[in-house]
Amino acid sequence: MTLDERQKEIIDDFAIYDDWMDKYEYIIELGKDLPQIAADKKTNDRLIEGCQSKVWLDFAYEDGKMKYSADSDAIITKGIIGLLIRVLNDASPEEIVKSEMYFIDEIGLREHLSPTRSNGLLSMVKRMKMTALQALSKA
Amino acid sequence: METTAKRKFNVREIREDFPALRQLIYGKSLIYFDNGATSQKPQFVLDAINKYYSKDNANIHRGVHLLSQRATTEYEDARKTIAQYINAKTSDEVIFTKGTTDAINLVAFSFGELLTAGDEIVISAMEHHSNIVPWQMLCERKGLTLRVIPINKHGEIIQEEYEKILSKKTKLVAITQISNTLGTINPVKEMIAKAHAVGAKFLVDGAQSIQHMQIDVRDLDCDFFVFSGHKVFGPTGIGVLYGKEALLDKMPPYQGGGDMIQKVTFDRTTYNELPYKFEAGTPHIAGAICLGKAFEYLNQFDLEAIKAYENELLDYAQDLLLTFEDMILVGDSKKKTSVVSFNVEGVHPFDMGTLLDKQGIAVRTGHHCTQPLMDFFKIPGTVRASFAFYNTKEEIDVFIAAVERSINMLK
Repeated sequence: MTLDERQKEIIDDFAIYDDWMDKYEYIIELGKDLPQIAADKKTNDRLIEGCQSKVWLDFAYEDGKMKYSADSDAIITKGIIGLLIRVLNDASPEEIVKSEMYFIDEIGLREHLSPTRSNGLLSMVKRMKMTALQALSKA
Repeated sequence: METTAKRKFNVREIREDFPALRQLIYGKSLIYFDNGATSQKPQFVLDAINKYYSKDNANIHRGVHLLSQRATTEYEDARKTIAQYINAKTSDEVIFTKGTTDAINLVAFSFGELLTAGDEIVISAMEHHSNIVPWQMLCERKGLTLRVIPINKHGEIIQEEYEKILSKKTKLVAITQISNTLGTINPVKEMIAKAHAVGAKFLVDGAQSIQHMQIDVRDLDCDFFVFSGHKVFGPTGIGVLYGKEALLDKMPPYQGGGDMIQKVTFDRTTYNELPYKFEAGTPHIAGAICLGKAFEYLNQFDLEAIKAYENELLDYAQDLLLTFEDMILVGDSKKKTSVVSFNVEGVHPFDMGTLLDKQGIAVRTGHHCTQPLMDFFKIPGTVRASFAFYNTKEEIDVFIAAVERSINMLK
């Protein structure tokens, strides 16, 4: 599936919710389902400190694909991480570097990726792209 | 506005004065519980802003024309209104600033110029970052030492520790009158007397107290009192530094520019007298005038009645919050203003705040610019609901139901 197709899938998933609380109920469930990073990997070099919530991001570059796992101390942040990872995981570094996360806007969660929200998510997306760039430069 | 006969306290009528309260957020009636961050503005103040820019707009203090005279008169009248409200000796003791932060920075610079290496500044562990960082910068600049009075688990300053820290080396004590995070009301009057006994000056951070209690700077005997206009129903970008005249006279200017000078030559410039010495450049004229209007608005009420009502809201909210399992109130001093900071075990404050927002309720979440205080309680932040006199018990009922729904979703 292309990244566009993955984003389209999420947008479709959210289309059934017209109530904000239902939408967040779904995000919270995603957050609860997201596999947690092993405790020994929650280290400072993987930490993205937001003003409101913390995010840990771990990655690997295997067989030409980026593998991400992440966690947050806030469950809503964690749910949105789940969505971002669903789009970007197992994609090639080229795809990730070029990607635009427009689905966040489309499903009405733009505020969570705004610089003023400072929950660590915007920095996380930046770091995901950075790791992809690094992988590209090494390749 | 009539100020002699006090207006009867009626919350329904008061709410009518605040247009921002009459709006829907995500289709629900706005419940505004973020008054500790900023207050909403009454129509009386909004009209004054409109009138100033539509009719009186001119630069002050230097115009020969009527508009300038009118603007100048209103600007100086506002200063008088504020001076009277806080019971300053003269209006020359009221300096307009951008806000609390600006006022503290002014004191840290100008009063700081009178200090020398080895002198000590004393603050408490519950201060807002804006009453920490300017002093750290001053200490760095002049080789001073910053001493921090610890607090207890209820969120109260430990007075015995304060007494131990005070010494002949103490030159200034800077303490918040009410904690923005916990709502604790600090006994500043007693603390001021203790500071004076060792020859230290005292700055009261009134950012959170100005909207909740009657301020009498002469009764407190504080040397400086600072606050922001926007937290007391006035505009943003305007605030006040009150300082004792003799002390302000001794302090060098903070910023140079127009209006703060008496005579400028390339060899030597002499400075204007108080309060203009500290008001370089064109000030926030509209802001100052409308802050004066905010105090005129407040003056129609009996502040004791407001205080009693706000305490009722606080008790009501705290009692209901405590019925939830795993509810932790952060800061449970007996002397509190209408601020309730809380956490639910296993629930991140950011998640709670996000879900409350989607239910039309505005609260603050996070560290509230008091990171050292969060470190003390070993928490990442809190959810803070802060009430004003236009809030109601019905709103608290909706809030409590929303908290319950959020907990059920998050746990």
